[in-house]
Amino acid sequence: MSHPVSANRYYVPEPSYWPLVGSFALLLLASGAVLTMNSIANGGFLLAGGFAVLAVMLFGWFGRVIGESEAGSYNPQVDRSFRWSMSWFIFSEVMFFAAFFGALFYVRVLSVPEIASLDQAALWDGFKDQWPTAGPAAKDMFTPMHAWGIPAVNTLLLLSSGVTLTWAHWGLLANKRQQLIIGLALTIVLGLVFISLQAYEYFEAYSHLNLKMTTGVYGSTFYMLTGFHGFHVTLGATMLIVILLRSVKGHFTAERHFAFEAVAWYWHFVDVVWLGLFIVVYWL
Amino acid sequence: MQATHTAGAADHHADHGPQPTGLMRWITTTNHKDIGTMYLWFSFVMFLVGGAMSLIIRAELLSPGLQYVQPEFYNQMLTLHALIMVFGAIMPAFVGFANWMIPLMIGAPDMAFARMNNWSFWLLPPAAILLTASIFVPGGAAGTGWTLYPPLSIQMGMGMDMAIFAIHILGMSSIMGSINIITTILNMRTPGMDLMKMPLFCWTWLVTAFLLIASMPILAGAVTMLLTDRHFGTSFFSAAGGGDPVLFQHIFWFFGHPEVYIIALPAFGVVSHVIPAFSRKQLFGYASMVYAIAAIGLISFFVWAHHMYVTGIPLTGQLYFMYATMLIAIPTGVKVFNWVTTMWRGSLSFETPMLFALGFLVLFTIGGLTGLVLAMTAVDIQLQDTYYVVAHFHYVMVAGALFSAYAGLYYWLPKWTGHMYNESLGKLHFWLSMIFFNIAFFPQHFLGLAGMPRRIPDYAQQFADFNMISTIGSFGFGFSQLLVLVVVFQTMKGGAKAEARPWDGARGLEWTVPSPAPHHTFEDPPAFNPAEAHG
Amino acid sequence: MAEVSNNNRDLNRGWRVSAGLVVASLISALSGTANAAWELNLQEPVTALAKRVYDLHSLLLWVIVIIFVGVFAVVAWSIVFHRKSRGHKAADFHDNTKVEIAWTIVPTLILIAIAVPATTTLVEMRDSSQPDLTIKATGYQWKWGYEYLSGDAAGLKYMSVMSTPRDQIENKAPKGEHYLLEVDRPLVVPVGQKVRMLLTASDVIHNWSVPAFAVKTDAVPGFLRDTWFRAEKEGTYRGQCSELCGKDHGFMPVVVEVVSAEKYAAWTAGQKKEMAAAADDPAKIWKLDELVARGEKVYAANCAACHQPAGQGLPPAFPALDGSKIVKGPKEAHLDIVIKGKAGTAMAAYGGQLGDTDIAAVVAYERNAWSNKLGELVQPAEVKARRGN
Ligand code: HEA
Ligand code: HEA
Ligand code: HEC
Ligand code: CUA
Ligand SMILES: [Cu+2]
Repeated sequence: MSHPVSANRYYVPEPSYWPLVGSFALLLLASGAVLTMNSIANGGFLLAGGFAVLAVMLFGWFGRVIGESEAGSYNPQVDRSFRWSMSWFIFSEVMFFAAFFGALFYVRVLSVPEIASLDQAALWDGFKDQWPTAGPAAKDMFTPMHAWGIPAVNTLLLLSSGVTLTWAHWGLLANKRQQLIIGLALTIVLGLVFISLQAYEYFEAYSHLNLKMTTGVYGSTFYMLTGFHGFHVTLGATMLIVILLRSVKGHFTAERHFAFEAVAWYWHFVDVVWLGLFIVVYWL
Repeated sequence: MQATHTAGAADHHADHGPQPTGLMRWITTTNHKDIGTMYLWFSFVMFLVGGAMSLIIRAELLSPGLQYVQPEFYNQMLTLHALIMVFGAIMPAFVGFANWMIPLMIGAPDMAFARMNNWSFWLLPPAAILLTASIFVPGGAAGTGWTLYPPLSIQMGMGMDMAIFAIHILGMSSIMGSINIITTILNMRTPGMDLMKMPLFCWTWLVTAFLLIASMPILAGAVTMLLTDRHFGTSFFSAAGGGDPVLFQHIFWFFGHPEVYIIALPAFGVVSHVIPAFSRKQLFGYASMVYAIAAIGLISFFVWAHHMYVTGIPLTGQLYFMYATMLIAIPTGVKVFNWVTTMWRGSLSFETPMLFALGFLVLFTIGGLTGLVLAMTAVDIQLQDTYYVVAHFHYVMVAGALFSAYAGLYYWLPKWTGHMYNESLGKLHFWLSMIFFNIAFFPQHFLGLAGMPRRIPDYAQQFADFNMISTIGSFGFGFSQLLVLVVVFQTMKGGAKAEARPWDGARGLEWTVPSPAPHHTFEDPPAFNPAEAHG
Repeated sequence: MAEVSNNNRDLNRGWRVSAGLVVASLISALSGTANAAWELNLQEPVTALAKRVYDLHSLLLWVIVIIFVGVFAVVAWSIVFHRKSRGHKAADFHDNTKVEIAWTIVPTLILIAIAVPATTTLVEMRDSSQPDLTIKATGYQWKWGYEYLSGDAAGLKYMSVMSTPRDQIENKAPKGEHYLLEVDRPLVVPVGQKVRMLLTASDVIHNWSVPAFAVKTDAVPGFLRDTWFRAEKEGTYRGQCSELCGKDHGFMPVVVEVVSAEKYAAWTAGQKKEMAAAADDPAKIWKLDELVARGEKVYAANCAACHQPAGQGLPPAFPALDGSKIVKGPKEAHLDIVIKGKAGTAMAAYGGQLGDTDIAAVVAYERNAWSNKLGELVQPAEVKARRGN
């Protein structure tokens, strides 16, 4: 696939059209989303087309990277680059979540108490400073999500998935392929169960608790944080599946398996975010 | 601005297989120089588009009364002008410089992730398409100002959604670009070049990339919440649901303030190369420069609410943010003093890059000093949302960032094209820019002091005279910029042959490769030569 | 008279601008300071606080000018004497810890020095306690609503809308002296009294600002914010909404009339009487043409900015009412959108701004104006009944 590179030279990839395909996919996605959100016909087709092109691009691009990796194009310096980049990528995700956690902090500590304060009584009479709240204009009652039901189970699931993943890593390091594959499979199963429970929780919230996205700031922050996290779990699970398939194919060695580690870092990151979520969204 | 391949570069190709040609070369390229070139061209085109919008704004403001555009359209031009200038023109220009120069400066064969680098660039056109196309959709583009404050932004039509997605895509591009730059700087310096010997431009980009990675996701979060408030019934920014419109402002400026240093820092970097080169003297105070850059980057995260003095934040907040903002003047002052001392007892000559660097120094300092006036909360109460602010930020962004980009352009153009540019045209460009810029923006200080609000398409009559001067200056400034095109095309086509080191005072690895720089450079790390080092 | 002088001004300006271009804007600006139009500094303060802000700004201006001159004197020296073309050879130094420490510490000291007056001024600025008079101002797209909460005028409530005619804005008529800075009913306050302004908004963020008082505070929907002033001189003071609030943000002036205690008392009494006279009898049964005539006024004052005087709107942002399905459809839906507005759009809830009679009138007007000749009307009682829904 790629031409031989002397071992101490940094690998610079061949020209590639995948970036352009990716950009095109995002243009489709964005246009489709805009049209759909404004209820304009055919937005859905564009949106679907965007996803399809994006999938093709990811498949093609990552396929290419995997090929290069297996062909041994990446010297240790390239490997270091990958490590740096994954760390910074995760940092950017941390900041993305920080925006939403920050919003939750702000409404709980600042805006809700302010709206309920005496200064604002002329506008919002009788509104009490409490959490959860749907805001001073809310009419419907709703039931907040309890921490010690499904969320607690989900916490256990994610925590144990971290353990199984580490166990799989030990397997890889000790060249026990069986342990690697079983560990990965278990992790994936735990992740999928987590996602299903989360979906069930949403269903319950909508159908029985009257807890919706439109339920004031509580609903807003609840769905934004758990939803964004759920999306990350889904991504993580997908990446784990790719890693599992590659492991089954015999990729990775005890010495060189950056892709595995990157996904593991990502999974642990998602895990830690959940802990934060469990504490500030469900528990406190 | 990349010249065609020279014979010297051709033999390098032997071990690179067949390369796509024509349009495909640019679409598929993984070469940092090609990508840098594309960034620079893109940025210049966006500068013309954003500039054309500013001319619509200025034309409307030529005299009182509504003459050419309706207020709604004025607001849309205002918003797009700012978004396009900031995200489409200035930021990509400096990413272009980073792509071209960082590998050359640190002796790396390319960027750490050459393919992703290409994607970072190719994400820009879709975002630009979304932004500009939004003018033509029902309801028009977002007319909220670039700050996108709700609830006004909740009222907007689908043009707002297009702006939101454009921002998401621009954010992806910036984050990937920044990861690339950080990784390249941290991992690909030639052996022997430790961080404190690294060229300052790389230092400014290292910190800038960090600011980008930390702040762009915050903006993405803010506009995502805006999107859900608009379409999915959430109430982050609505008091009726327990949220707060001011929350958006906090999140926006937590991004927005670092953003202005994202624009300024690479400009500082370029100037830190140009001034020593034309003073024929080493940069004064390298170490303190590095600390100052780091300090500016760090403090920039803790001053955001100086844009929100009038929103009703508590007194303690106002005081804290005032003090924190004042702090930034100290490291920035250190930089200014270092540049000045670099020139002191040098052997100065005034080619175009140096002229622009000096223009930067004078005008940026004016902009910085008016920033300090704005930082004083009690005074800012008078000046917030007036033309004084507009004057302040055009001094730091146009005369600061843009002038410094021109300094870099003229400084490195010989390296990129292999030819010397036309010095008289370059000087003409500088003097026209310098004079017209001041005619356009200096009077805005007076307008602001006298109380003319910003973001209005029409104004009371006592503001008429200065506005007319400002408009005349703006048109003069705008049309002077077309000279750059002439200079660049001429230089690409021909002109005196440039030597490897066309400036006798220039130091750094980039001057050790031939001009034009071959397509592939430093495939094996060059030996580190302390005489070229900066520390 | 105003017209003539205005034209002269225009002519003058053309001349002066050409001159200005020759000698660069700054110099010409200074030479023209005699004319108010060449204002170079903050507006003349009329409160003690504004005076302090003025002085603080002057202090800062001196500080930054001195710093600027100091720094660039050095630069100028280098440019003149350390040129290559004069044969100056570059010295070889690139570090000096002592100097570097000095120029970190000196600016720090300067900053501390200016932080002191900046802090005390600010602290005073935020002390809105113990006012003599409290007034609530509500920002609407695009007008101010004032409500006197205390004092003699307590209970007085009215809208303050820009009164510059459209023709002047569109350059079809010569511009008046207070072009864009005039309103139909200014805020009236007594001189020498501490006036506390409570600010809020009904739709988007606006900003209530009067430069002569050094007052500028956001009016945020859903929140009350406050600011205060104590005007020391009678007169009319003008400011503008200072937060982008949509299409007519530029046409939302703030005008405050500061009057003597006697005049204030007289004004209050007059307003009260007028208010009592104008109070509508909620039970009154209106006739069609009477109500429509009143509705036309309400429409012009409240609705025409978006839906346009001829009802054609500015689609797609602002729908046409001429021929609109809602306007020509059942009364209930029509009343609902006017009373409750539509969330997420610029269509505000007018239930809180307009009384029953005004709403009835404007709805009746819309249903009978332009091509919507429905011939039916709505009575105030029906509006009242609809409010609960
Ligand atoms: C490149 C971009 C850039 C840069 C570098 C800066 C630099 C600074 N800015 Fe500016 N700013 C903007 C871009 C920038 N700004 C923009 C875009 C806006 C408006 C956004 C909007 O609302 O749309 C804005 C608005 C803005 C405001 C809000 C105004 C308002 O809306 O009411 C404030 C208030 O504090 C401020 C302050 C400062 C300060 C203190 C600095 C400092 O960093 C300046 C430091 C530099 C110096 C001080 C000069 C050199 C120093 C010396 C010579 C040493 C000696 C000096 C002393 C001892 C004083 N800026
Ligand atoms: C780095 C960013 C940047 C740059 C470079 C500029 C450049 C310019 N800006 Fe802008 N500006 C902003 C960032 C920038 N601006 C921001 C952030 C705002 C705030 C927006 C808000 O309030 O939300 C703003 C707002 C702003 C206003 C305030 C409007 C208002 O508040 O109502 C004005 C008014 O004078 C203005 C003018 C100009 C002018 C004359 C230039 C000139 O320097 C431009 C010169 C360049 C040209 C004129 C291009 C030359 C091209 C041609 C002559 C030919 C055209 C041809 C083709 C398209 C093929 N800008
Ligand atoms: C700030 C701008 C603005 C003002 C002022 C305004 N409206 Fe509207 N109005 C709108 C917008 C925007 C809509 C469209 C809402 C939507 O998307 O359905 C609208 C819709 C309407 C409709 C429904 C028309 C239709 O066909 O959908 C009626 C009736 C109406 N307005 C009446 C009024 C009346 C009466 C007033 C004054 C008392 C008024 N409006 C003032 C912006 C405004
Ligand atoms: Cu109201 Cu601007
Ligand atoms: Cu700032």
